Amino acid sequence: MTYAIQLQGIDKRFGAVHANNKVDLAVETGSIHGIVGENGAGKSTLMSILYGFYQADSGTISVFGNAYRFTDSQQAINAGIGMVHQHFMLVDNFTVLENVVLGAEGGYALAAGMDAARRELKRLANEYGLHVDLDATIDSLSVGLQQRVEILKALYKGAKILILDEPTGVLTPQETDELFKIFAALKQQGVTIILITHKLREIMAITDQVSVMRQGTMVAHVNTDATDESQLAELMVGRKVLLDVSKQPGKPGESLLKVKQLNWSDQHGVARLKNINFDIKAGEILGVAGVSGNGQSELLDVLTGISRLQQGSIEVLGKEFTAKQPFDAATMRTMGMAHVPEDRHKMGMITDFSAAESAIMGYQQDSELNAGVWLKPELVRQRCSELMVAFDVRPKDVQLKSANFSGGNQQKLILAREMERSPDVLIIGQPTRGVDVGAIEFIHQRILAMRDAGKAVLLVSVELEEILSLSDRIVVLCDGEITGRMAVEDADERKLGMLMANVQESHDPLQAQMQEAVQ
Amino acid sequence: MDFSDLWLTFLLTLDATLRLATPLVLAAMAGLFSERSGVVDIGLEGKMLAACFTSASVAYVTGSPWLAMFAAIGVSMVFALIHGFATITHKGDQIVSGVALNILASGLTIILGLSWFRQGGQTPSLTQEGRFLSIELPGADLLANVPVLGPLYKELLSGHNILVYLAFALVPVVWWVLYRTRFGLRLRAVGENPKAVDTAGISVNGLRYRAVLIGGVLCGIAGSYIAIAHNAAFTRDMTAGAGYIALAALIFGKWRPIGVLFACLLFGFLQSFAMRIEGVPVPGIGAIPVQLIEAVPYILTVVLLAGFIGKAIPPKAIGKPYVKER
Repeated sequence: MTYAIQLQGIDKRFGAVHANNKVDLAVETGSIHGIVGENGAGKSTLMSILYGFYQADSGTISVFGNAYRFTDSQQAINAGIGMVHQHFMLVDNFTVLENVVLGAEGGYALAAGMDAARRELKRLANEYGLHVDLDATIDSLSVGLQQRVEILKALYKGAKILILDEPTGVLTPQETDELFKIFAALKQQGVTIILITHKLREIMAITDQVSVMRQGTMVAHVNTDATDESQLAELMVGRKVLLDVSKQPGKPGESLLKVKQLNWSDQHGVARLKNINFDIKAGEILGVAGVSGNGQSELLDVLTGISRLQQGSIEVLGKEFTAKQPFDAATMRTMGMAHVPEDRHKMGMITDFSAAESAIMGYQQDSELNAGVWLKPELVRQRCSELMVAFDVRPKDVQLKSANFSGGNQQKLILAREMERSPDVLIIGQPTRGVDVGAIEFIHQRILAMRDAGKAVLLVSVELEEILSLSDRIVVLCDGEITGRMAVEDADERKLGMLMANVQESHDPLQAQMQEAVQ
Repeated sequence: MDFSDLWLTFLLTLDATLRLATPLVLAAMAGLFSERSGVVDIGLEGKMLAACFTSASVAYVTGSPWLAMFAAIGVSMVFALIHGFATITHKGDQIVSGVALNILASGLTIILGLSWFRQGGQTPSLTQEGRFLSIELPGADLLANVPVLGPLYKELLSGHNILVYLAFALVPVVWWVLYRTRFGLRLRAVGENPKAVDTAGISVNGLRYRAVLIGGVLCGIAGSYIAIAHNAAFTRDMTAGAGYIALAALIFGKWRPIGVLFACLLFGFLQSFAMRIEGVPVPGIGAIPVQLIEAVPYILTVVLLAGFIGKAIPPKAIGKPYVKER
């Protein structure tokens, strides 16, 4: 058995943080190897060391049996390692061809090298089924195709080992299937693939071996067919985790939030929301599914009063708002609507504030917290520590800077702030983005508890699993329009995926381009 | 006024346009390299001013315009290096650094001028040997009597100094470098997405330093042109905002060499038109005040930039120091 990669005793500290603690990893040549772990478990650090972004404090790297000590990415590339980053490293206004040759142009003048590159890319495209229009600019391509460009880029530079960091986070289920087909083709040609992900389902579906990391150490190496999702989750978190949310059927009451004929255009006049209609009843969760960037953020902003209502109406707890009677975020809060924003760092908290300060944001005017113009600091701190107890935020230090909590704990603090006032309408965006498995379980239970207490909940999420396991009803947003609505019993990933890409109208850019490429 | 007189007036205005546009073209190309790499270059003005003073001083002392120009390029490159050190190596604010260099150049040239030459901040006037002189293209006099085309050749194309020809010849070269070479591809990439360049194993800082230094060279030539080709001495703040106009032309031309060339020609034309119409009574209005005419290029710049040129999309990473993330 030969190994594409062998890491031994990799150790790396960032100040007080022990990011990698004596990590060993062996990846068989021609296999698909998954690496799972919670956020901050050290997966990304380990891969960055392998790709030459950082140097390990100690430990050895060997690639195809040769020992290396990478001091920059170029050396890793030369050794045959290619990396597809979570956020693509592409120049948006360059063509596919220009992006691929960047860094490997083959001479001072471009012309000759470009022609050679074009031929080589055609060959690679045919060999691995990676069809992309080489002369299209990146910003005209769908996310799935951009990812292909990243893969092509790595292969063109001679990668025999591909590292992919959370490659499916931005893809529709159909695009994910396409990607997995490409993986299979790559594997057949002898390419080794390292897949970093937190989606256990994908690990089970595609990998040969899995390595599990927890708190900087490697806790297990297993063959995929000898394990299952719950065992992996347990290894990641270090305790038993309930993966499936058990949910009683809801008992919907009267409508608490009604949205009628909502239209909204951005500052450039581009329509972002088109004729949106829905209502949410008490004791009900409405899930909004969609690939990110299809109007979800705009919907959240308009509903919560961050963006001004332009057309249509929103009825909250029987009170109707239109463009002529606009409202702001503060009005909505006093009406009994709470908002957990999509991006906790940009809108949920101020990372430089202490936990106590972040825990009253939006409610800082509360009469009980204020004495005249002064806040009552003891009360503010006391409230924060109550929230921390209620939502198990760790560490329980109200003076700690918000930035110094882990993602999951930041999110729990925000959820605590918004939920503990028992709002009638709860608007939640991406509740578990960047949150680890243990915290996800907790957050899901709390959201369901809100529903069971008779609240109306709007849940916007790009995670289909989350939508499917929490919602009572689902609407799908694509390009600012609701392309489908259904009860959760009638929904599955496939159906939602088709609606997310709006394929029944058969102008899916991905498919169109694939057909083009085939011809 | 018959046709040939009118034609001649027109040609002379265009002739002045070329001479006035030359420093703009050189400075704008300097800015183009720098800004395409992601480094804002508001210090064009300061670099040119420093080059003006250096070239005038060296030309006075040595009598050699070429030596003067090389010295000016050297000084301008030092300024560029300071800008690079502050903004590329130490991730400082590019606007602040550029403005600081402008102030430094403005003050330093006057103080050094006062202490070295004692002529109220000016350098002594140069003799003809110390300057770049006009070049008569072959056959200019011979063809002068050919109707229409003769004057075109003699007045417009012939009779400029070497730096004018250099500036305009530079534009296609810049275009070729930017779009047809490896360096150009990487330069454009680093101004759009430096991370993509970094992960491709290319040094972001290395590319930006090179771009900034090329800007230094071109500003050195531009300053030399102003001081020892167009004029014959250094006077205080003699660049008179040419660096800022060049920046405006850069935006106006959407950071593309050919577009920028035409923007520079337009601004040059406005300046030469202002000079020609100065004191000439306009029917129905009378003589237009000099101040108003001189303000026209600046007003037009503001108006044009305020939205008459369509969307000028700057390089995406412009103004942002590149910090490698963990």
